[in-house]
Amino acid sequence: MNMIEVEGLTKRFGDFTAVDHISFTVGKGMVFGFLGPNGAGKSTAIRMLCTLLRPTEGSARVVGFDIVKEQGEVRRHIGLVAEKIILYDQLTAEENLTLFGRLNNLPEEQIKEATDKWLGRLHMEAWRKHRVGTFSTGMKQRINVARALLHHPDVLFLDEPTLGLDPQTTHAIHEFILELREEGITIVLTTHDMMEAETLCQQIAIIDQARIVVCDTTTNLKKLLSADNTTVIDVEIANLSEAMLSQLKNAESIASVTQSDTYCVRIHTRNTDNIAPILSALNAMGASVPAINTVLPTMEDVFLHVTGREIRDKAAASVPSVGGRRWRGASRVR
Amino acid sequence: MSGNLKGLIMHSLRLGIKDLLVFARDRMMLISFVIMPIFMMLMVGFIFPSQNILKDVPFGVVNLDEGSMGDQVVLALQQMNRSQSNLMFHITYLHSKGSAVNQIKDQTINGALVIPADFSAEISAGEQAAVILITDQSNPQVSASITGTLNALVSSMASQLASQNVAALLPNVPNPQQLIAPFTIQTEGIIPGNPNYFEFVAPGIMAMTIMFAAMMGLAGSISRERELGTLDGIISAPISRLSIILGKSFAQVVRGLLQAVLALILTVVLFGVVVHGSYGLLALLLLLTVFSFIGIGIMISALASQQETAMTIMMTLTFPMLFLSGALFPVQQMPVVMQGISKGLPLTYAVEALRKCIVLGTGMSGMMTEIWVMLGFGVIFTVIAIPVFNRAITR
Repeated sequence: MNMIEVEGLTKRFGDFTAVDHISFTVGKGMVFGFLGPNGAGKSTAIRMLCTLLRPTEGSARVVGFDIVKEQGEVRRHIGLVAEKIILYDQLTAEENLTLFGRLNNLPEEQIKEATDKWLGRLHMEAWRKHRVGTFSTGMKQRINVARALLHHPDVLFLDEPTLGLDPQTTHAIHEFILELREEGITIVLTTHDMMEAETLCQQIAIIDQARIVVCDTTTNLKKLLSADNTTVIDVEIANLSEAMLSQLKNAESIASVTQSDTYCVRIHTRNTDNIAPILSALNAMGASVPAINTVLPTMEDVFLHVTGREIRDKAAASVPSVGGRRWRGASRVR
Repeated sequence: MSGNLKGLIMHSLRLGIKDLLVFARDRMMLISFVIMPIFMMLMVGFIFPSQNILKDVPFGVVNLDEGSMGDQVVLALQQMNRSQSNLMFHITYLHSKGSAVNQIKDQTINGALVIPADFSAEISAGEQAAVILITDQSNPQVSASITGTLNALVSSMASQLASQNVAALLPNVPNPQQLIAPFTIQTEGIIPGNPNYFEFVAPGIMAMTIMFAAMMGLAGSISRERELGTLDGIISAPISRLSIILGKSFAQVVRGLLQAVLALILTVVLFGVVVHGSYGLLALLLLLTVFSFIGIGIMISALASQQETAMTIMMTLTFPMLFLSGALFPVQQMPVVMQGISKGLPLTYAVEALRKCIVLGTGMSGMMTEIWVMLGFGVIFTVIAIPVFNRAITR
């Protein structure tokens, strides 16, 4: 059974199209990820599915209910961890949970039970009577997740659940999401973190400039590169320069060049698994190459491959810099 | 249906209580909540003159009279000055009209009384004499007060003199005063005592406090939750939108009323204002005042997506209302156009009704117009505001 069915969902704010005709389905117990850069439309998509925004066009059903006509039913069956933490700083952890439990029409004893359960599982039992305002972001996020799960939703929406968290809490939340997956809760999450998407999701929709570019299982997405005959190689160039970079970018057999650090570039080949032409090109431009590796593609490579650009702005402080990669079109390094 | 209604009420109450709890635990909000009415009361209470009387006004007296009448005028002035608890005038005795004029120019005095050299002589000769009051035209209000005070002094002295003359001329007249002034004016209030300006503004300030709480508090609270993101949590919960509005309004009504009561206690304790009407009616009026503003508050908070925008719109609306409603200045003194605008503002009616109740002790039957208008404003704006809010909240 599909927990979520989306058909041509579109949201426009005036002239700006935030989400452009997206369609996908999510099966029961799946972890579905929206992967894309900031501003791609991930949050808008999630907000529509949570009935927080009205779609301009298209339709969607969540747990079998229409997100426009049956908002009340949809709300009864979903839990939301939005970008911003939905907790009141002036209330204690328990008071927050009780409030939202009541707003979800849970009987008192069930609220108590669920509070015990989730606080225990998220290792926050000790902080039950403390005000949320005194918590660190990581602690708040744990309570926030508990709040979203309190009424045992069929679908849990997580909008950038680990954004701005320390590695420890991020890890804990990841572990927790995997546990929930085992328990059969359907999860929809957004992230711009490739690693996160790769670790957690069984199915990923890569979303870029309001459109779903590709939507498939994690394994299939990675196969995209080999299917297109693209090989990923890391090349270390001791005397890397701006000129070399642009020469590489223009080379026949190279699809994209990304500088990963001061002396290292990642190259996607174009329609070939033969790296010999690249080696001769490097040789011809007088590059000193201490190391070269063929690597397994990551989600980052998949993203670059399907969208033609990197997902996030890397610190371009390293010499020799690739000018103007901070902005959308300009970051194209083909 | 009854289950729905019960749910609606329960959820509204929960949200309202949550808001109050959040508010009560926020020290800064709590402080501003208490400080605002106190500050307003003190400011308005003390900057405006408590009564239209003169106090310590530097005043010049030039007595050039060669006879004794001039001295009598000066003496009467001194006596009047001393009879008040505070000195009305701080009198400087000068030797010429010219020096009085110069001192007014230097602003060392705010006016001067000049008694001409032939003052007594003219009276003795059976002519009408005059004392000259030089006014400070740069300060019309003080001048008007001085003129009024001296007019009263001079006419009372003159009438005394006249009645002496009449008695001398016509010894048979039993009441010579009646012959000079066959009728006089007698003022009579409908409440005991002498209300001061503070009694005039106190109802205005109470209405204003409520207006701020109902409009600003509501808009602020909704846009704050929107910015914090907690509004998403409430909207995505399976509760009616109406209960969100009701809950928020409930919290603001409680806050507004508490603030108004605080203001009332302050006026009574600090400024000695006496409530002449019934407290029950007063409570009803305060409640009505909140109600008449809640709809506008909801509407603006729905339309303004940011707290800052909401506040700016609020200020634009509330500030002119403050001045045009008669809360601080009497509406009757405004130009006709402004009086017309004033009639379109809910605050005007709130102030009017509160003033009637507090100062004059008017009963409910005497303010039905105000009550209906406030009810009308409340109903109309709330009816418009609720769908606007519902739509705006999920764009």
